[in-house]
Amino acid sequence: MRTSIRTAAAIAALTLTAAACGDDSSAGAPAADCVAGQTDGDLLLYNWNDYMDPDIIADFEAEFGVSVVEDFYPENEEMLARVVAGGAQYDVVVPSDYMIEIMREDDLLLPLTRSAIPNIANVDEDFTDPPYDPGLLFSVPFLWGTTGLGVNVELLGDVEPSWALVFDPEVAGQLPGRILLLDDARETMGAALRWLGFSPNSTDEAELQAAADVIEAAGEWTAAYNSDLYADLLISGEVVVALGYSGNFLDAFGDDERFAYVVPKEGATLWTDNLAILATAPHPCTAHTFLDFILRPEQGARLTNYIYYPSPNAFAAEFIDPEILEDPAVYPDAETLERLQFLQDTGETEILFTDLFTRARS
Amino acid sequence: MSTSTGLEQDAVRAEARRGLLIGLPAIATLTVLFAIPLIIVVAYSFGTRTRTGRTDFSTLDLSAYQRLADPLVLEIVSRSLGYALLTTVICLIVGYPFAYHLATRTPRVRAVLLVLVMLPFWSNFLVRTYAWRVLLGSDGPLVRLLGALGIDDVVLLFTPFAIVLGLVYGFLPFMVLPLYAAIERIDHTLIEAARDLHASGWGAFRAVTLPLSRSGVIAGSVLVFIPAFGAYVTPELLGGSRTTMLGSYVVRQFLSARDWPFGSALSVAILAVMLLATTAYFRTGGRSL
Repeated sequence: MRTSIRTAAAIAALTLTAAACGDDSSAGAPAADCVAGQTDGDLLLYNWNDYMDPDIIADFEAEFGVSVVEDFYPENEEMLARVVAGGAQYDVVVPSDYMIEIMREDDLLLPLTRSAIPNIANVDEDFTDPPYDPGLLFSVPFLWGTTGLGVNVELLGDVEPSWALVFDPEVAGQLPGRILLLDDARETMGAALRWLGFSPNSTDEAELQAAADVIEAAGEWTAAYNSDLYADLLISGEVVVALGYSGNFLDAFGDDERFAYVVPKEGATLWTDNLAILATAPHPCTAHTFLDFILRPEQGARLTNYIYYPSPNAFAAEFIDPEILEDPAVYPDAETLERLQFLQDTGETEILFTDLFTRARS
Repeated sequence: MSTSTGLEQDAVRAEARRGLLIGLPAIATLTVLFAIPLIIVVAYSFGTRTRTGRTDFSTLDLSAYQRLADPLVLEIVSRSLGYALLTTVICLIVGYPFAYHLATRTPRVRAVLLVLVMLPFWSNFLVRTYAWRVLLGSDGPLVRLLGALGIDDVVLLFTPFAIVLGLVYGFLPFMVLPLYAAIERIDHTLIEAARDLHASGWGAFRAVTLPLSRSGVIAGSVLVFIPAFGAYVTPELLGGSRTTMLGSYVVRQFLSARDWPFGSALSVAILAVMLLATTAYFRTGGRSL
């Protein structure tokens, strides 16, 4: 008995040491020594589901004589969990803005060698100094978009774009069981904070509590919290208003005029998904070359034409379908742009966001 | 012991060695895939979450366990308990007559019915649960049927009803199979004897069949209750607001909250409760047999 306890203790100690070592090894990776157009092996790309035009991959493979091995994830957190756990090796990942911040802090990302990415000059000036990665030292923007509301306009008619559609008892309360919110603490709490007139990046406990109260009250008429099927549930008629990401809605709606995507007048989230190279990337030079390739205006435009998310590439516009460029749901007008804001890492408050949201929705 | 000869002792030792050898693959599998992961989970439960969601082991404490007394956790636990108990009871009420029917058929009919019980396992559980989404949806056949009967504006999907229905649907075979095995073993002449002695049909069932099939009732209930209590897929797909169950809550700790210590503490607590509950259940069940 005593021996077995000792064995168990030894294994536990080993586990702890291993975990502790894992933390130490990431003491800031040195930049890679690469030049523009250099390749050092096949590219291991870890990307979101349905987030790449296969023709772009084919062109990259043909031009540089390497293969691209793709693997997919459905959410940032799953990508992070897999990268932190190690084992699977990847060169390039596609984290959202706030995830860049988290991964940078844990030294998971390779500082970019800018001379190997001359096309970084093509990035629109709105995205060259984002709060999650000032000066683009670790990431380049891939696509951007907004978080707003998908609305069944056939049933609701022309509605005023406002968070009242999901939070106001007078409006949303008339649609019991027909409202859907994201299963995402920052987005859904952020929407409630905006509805109350606060900043989505608030760190004030009272404001956060008030937002949580709004979400809890909305439980009366909220059908579900869902982050991946919201567009389908809206189209199938299960819900009539859903909180979600612009591109997914627009892609799902197609030409169907029964549905519309709106950015609420109180303001909404501006987000980016970004290309970043992992500190542990086996082929950092191919990775740099890939980032540079995606930042070519034609490739950025192809991506937008394929996925319906706006491009952060300043010179892509001439290659983008005019129909997409003129669609205010894809490319918000100047006035709407003013009201968009990044979600920023709130440090210690992150836990409070998750905690209050879980509480409110349960 | 002292009277046994050296030869006999050798035989016993050889037997023990052989037993160990035969058991080795199972022991190795359990150690690698169960014991070690479990120790890792326990180790994590004593850590603390860092700002970026890593786990810090430099200060080992019980802070993760203290949060288990949180009213929210207790609410989710009691909700999960309620759904799981309801599921178990419904499975028992639906499954017992079916298992009885099954056990008293001719072998040929029995084989066909058993295949029918197993049939759902041939397709993926996730796909079958998604099918319920369509069936229960606001435009689905069930709601339309109710509408035709004059019952309007019923919401079935994303409700506790949908969750319990999904759980019963998913776990019913786990109740039927052990019940069938237990009832099939009963010596039918005992029931005939009871009837000969003027027991009513119900009396014979209560005095003979039910006590003799108790082992099946216990095994079936445990097999349904445990997975229902920790269910993840069903409540995620069929549940809505205010229906969070423990499985989803644990997953949320590991993914969105990135709070591995609390997620681990929850898992350890669930494991301990399960262990205690099933042990107690088996004990009381065993005594009254």
